[in-house]
Amino acid sequence: MTETAPSPLISLRDLQVTFGLIPEPVVKSFDLDIARGEVVALVGESGSGKSVTAKSIMRLVEFSGARIASGEAWLYDNHGGRTDLFRLNQNEMRSIRGSRISMIFQDPMTSLNPVLTIGFQLREAVLRHATMSKADADRICLEALRQVRISEPEQRLKQYPHELSGGMRQRVMIAMALALKPDLLIADEPTTALDVTVQAEILALLKTIQRETGMSVLFITHDMGVVAEIADRVVVMLRGDRVETGDVRTIFEAPTHDYTRALLAAAPKLGAGADAAPAFEPVTDDAPVLEVDSLVVRYPVRKGLLQRVAANVHAVEDVSFKVHRRETLAIVGESGCGKSTTAKALMNLIEPTSGAIRLHGRDIASLTAAQMMAARADIQMIFQDPYASLNPRMTVEQIIAEPLEIHQRGDAASRRAQVTELIERVGLPIAAAKRYPHNFSGGQRQRICIARALALRPSVIIADEPVSALDVSIQAQILALIEEIQRDFDVGILFISHDMAVVEKVSDRIAVMHLGEIVEIGPRDAVLRDPRHAYTRQLLDAVPVAHPALRKARQMEARAMMSPIRPLGADHPTSPMREVSHQHFVRADA
Amino acid sequence: MASYLVRRLIGVIPVLFMVSLMVFALTQLAPGDPVSMLVSDEASPEDRQKIVEAWGLDRPAPVQYLSFLKNAVLGDFGSSFRYREPVMDLVLARLPASIELAVYATLLAVIIGIPLGVLSAARPNSLLDNAGSLVGFFGVSMPNFWFGILLILVFAGVFNVLPSGGREPWGMDLPSITGFLTIDALIQGRFDVLWTALRHLALPAIVLGTSMTGIIMQLTRATVAEALREDYVMTARAKGLSERLVLWRHAFRNALVAVVTIIGLEFGALISGAIIVETVFSWPGIGMLLIQSITFRDYPLIVGLVLIYTTLFVLVNVAIDILYTIIDPRIRMK
Repeated sequence: MTETAPSPLISLRDLQVTFGLIPEPVVKSFDLDIARGEVVALVGESGSGKSVTAKSIMRLVEFSGARIASGEAWLYDNHGGRTDLFRLNQNEMRSIRGSRISMIFQDPMTSLNPVLTIGFQLREAVLRHATMSKADADRICLEALRQVRISEPEQRLKQYPHELSGGMRQRVMIAMALALKPDLLIADEPTTALDVTVQAEILALLKTIQRETGMSVLFITHDMGVVAEIADRVVVMLRGDRVETGDVRTIFEAPTHDYTRALLAAAPKLGAGADAAPAFEPVTDDAPVLEVDSLVVRYPVRKGLLQRVAANVHAVEDVSFKVHRRETLAIVGESGCGKSTTAKALMNLIEPTSGAIRLHGRDIASLTAAQMMAARADIQMIFQDPYASLNPRMTVEQIIAEPLEIHQRGDAASRRAQVTELIERVGLPIAAAKRYPHNFSGGQRQRICIARALALRPSVIIADEPVSALDVSIQAQILALIEEIQRDFDVGILFISHDMAVVEKVSDRIAVMHLGEIVEIGPRDAVLRDPRHAYTRQLLDAVPVAHPALRKARQMEARAMMSPIRPLGADHPTSPMREVSHQHFVRADA
Repeated sequence: MASYLVRRLIGVIPVLFMVSLMVFALTQLAPGDPVSMLVSDEASPEDRQKIVEAWGLDRPAPVQYLSFLKNAVLGDFGSSFRYREPVMDLVLARLPASIELAVYATLLAVIIGIPLGVLSAARPNSLLDNAGSLVGFFGVSMPNFWFGILLILVFAGVFNVLPSGGREPWGMDLPSITGFLTIDALIQGRFDVLWTALRHLALPAIVLGTSMTGIIMQLTRATVAEALREDYVMTARAKGLSERLVLWRHAFRNALVAVVTIIGLEFGALISGAIIVETVFSWPGIGMLLIQSITFRDYPLIVGLVLIYTTLFVLVNVAIDILYTIIDPRIRMK
């Protein structure tokens, strides 16, 4: 099954990893071969053991309470010799880590030490493995930063991680891993925590550097779209076992295992849902349930002894849209574009600087406290992280019943009946009622969140990135559920997301946000098939391809981060919206 | 940064005002009066009345407070009833002794508590960790006065190796420069005085530092253990760094903010918490002065001392805030 490539770099044989006292191994007699210059994707969902496998090669898994119970990991050198990494002690292993095998991790926001400068952290990696002067080490660090195409590398050395964006930090991580020209780079979900456009840049960068240096890459991901972009060969992992392996084309064209097929089907593909008409027609002729009119939210930036307002963060600028019953309006944009701020303003969690928010035609700013309380029942929210948005000390029943209690709907018996109905409606077993959130998986938790949002029968639900914390295979189920409940409960949905492929599946209309403004808004097909604004095209272009044959040359330069901070008195240079086709509006600066 | 400091220091003024008002009100409400405490029983009612008038106690309370305030703004906190000396002179003469004691106690706690905490975090459930927990537990739960008396009995009584109390024997004859005995001795090259001063400091500093050692140890252990689970620690290990560097440079550096916070809070508490220890060891600091001033209803001295405590506490907190910015670049003074 595993053909040994002409020049092997690493051969993993019969790897078994156990955690603590649990006898059942999390990785079971796993084999993996990586040849020199090869990019191998290790694919599987959360908990399949792919990260554990990678950390076993680095022998890092031992620091998190796991044990390599058996197996061999042969690392080949240039002269035909080989070493079993599992026979080395930690001290010998340390001279291999960071020099012959490097690793980058999922979350660049937490993987760099926040209190040390970028330069220090880079230099430290270099000096660990090579005896040289500080100046020579700095030269190597600069070269590495240039290799990952970071602008102004000299400046970056003096900066701290928090001064860089997520994409920049991942570039620094890559530079750190590549500084000593390792033979193998292990990339553990390196783009999962990044915006799609940044993901596209990082993937392009990794591909280019791999080609330039000829190193091998073990790329761990749950996303077949990413696999299509980067891999030569694919190993599919399920519950600690290898279920399928083959070259990337074979895997995409003729998958043999059901699980591989399921992964492929779940991968977000742009264009897949475009032919399908919406399952039902949104009601757009009557009055909108939610209307946002020229919403502006600005935060002051204060400076100096007297804390005078020195500038404003223009978080949301002149945003207008309508949501009708049964309609899904998607707001798409990257981190910091103002989409979450818009949601907060809608929930009345922050006060808008100007503009109006009308729920059923009534401006929420004009409501009395009692009226506001009633209005809150009508607009509910589903949050991004189902692990953080459920109180771990409440049972599912208490969680779902809480909004009913707060708004004094019905008596205890009728509430219980409603909760039972909702639990069934979102596809959970009745027995779930008495359990606590930690008993449930991410997808199930998001179902609980949906049930909670439905409890008060709202007319609008704001779903803020409701699937971005979930595995792709689970995403599809949750998206289907959201569509079902929309039909059954007659709600308008404001769906906030950074992922065009997800948005395509659920939305009726799409609004693209950039730097606080809506740059393009219109019916789904019009926006996706005939994007008029440059930024919309950029977002669409960043979605991973559906098949390895469709790989395209992408830009790998980091785009400069544009800042929404503007001097006092500066009115946002908003150009007017122009209608390009029926109901399809574009900012005129396009 | 400079503007931050100025604002913080200006912010102290209303705090001091509120504290002075509260302390003044409390002295008025408390039973007893300074005249009956400080004047001989044989004094005639006329003489007593003269003293009451001299101290200004015959005036209505608000008038007394306003006149105190007016003088205080000009730097005059009045004179002690008992010592007949300006309050500030009395306080400033004794303040260095208290600060010196608190500093040595803190040093002791930091030197023992931090390494013990870091190493315990690195090897959970090891012998060292268990021993550390015991030390921590002991430190936190030990009553000061009991531990102090115990040490006096053992080291001054049974073995007679350390003095039982006081700051220095009579006749050391060292001109005061800073007021801190150990520093003065060092500056003037008087190593005999330095040695004596350290011997006098040993027991009270140990007693005062023990509970702080326990707290610092336990907090360091918890925060370093937490930092060791962070992603950047994995990154550091993936670079091939030694465990020593991972532990101290990466994990401990990040735990430092929490550790410094607790050191600051504890140091503030030490200055005031030293009241008991100063009494047990007859340490001539402001703690002892405060006890005496309360006993004798020496109103001006009480108010002056409480204001000094408040100021010290606030200053320590400002210093900690400044340290934050050095330790953690993400924290900026606004």
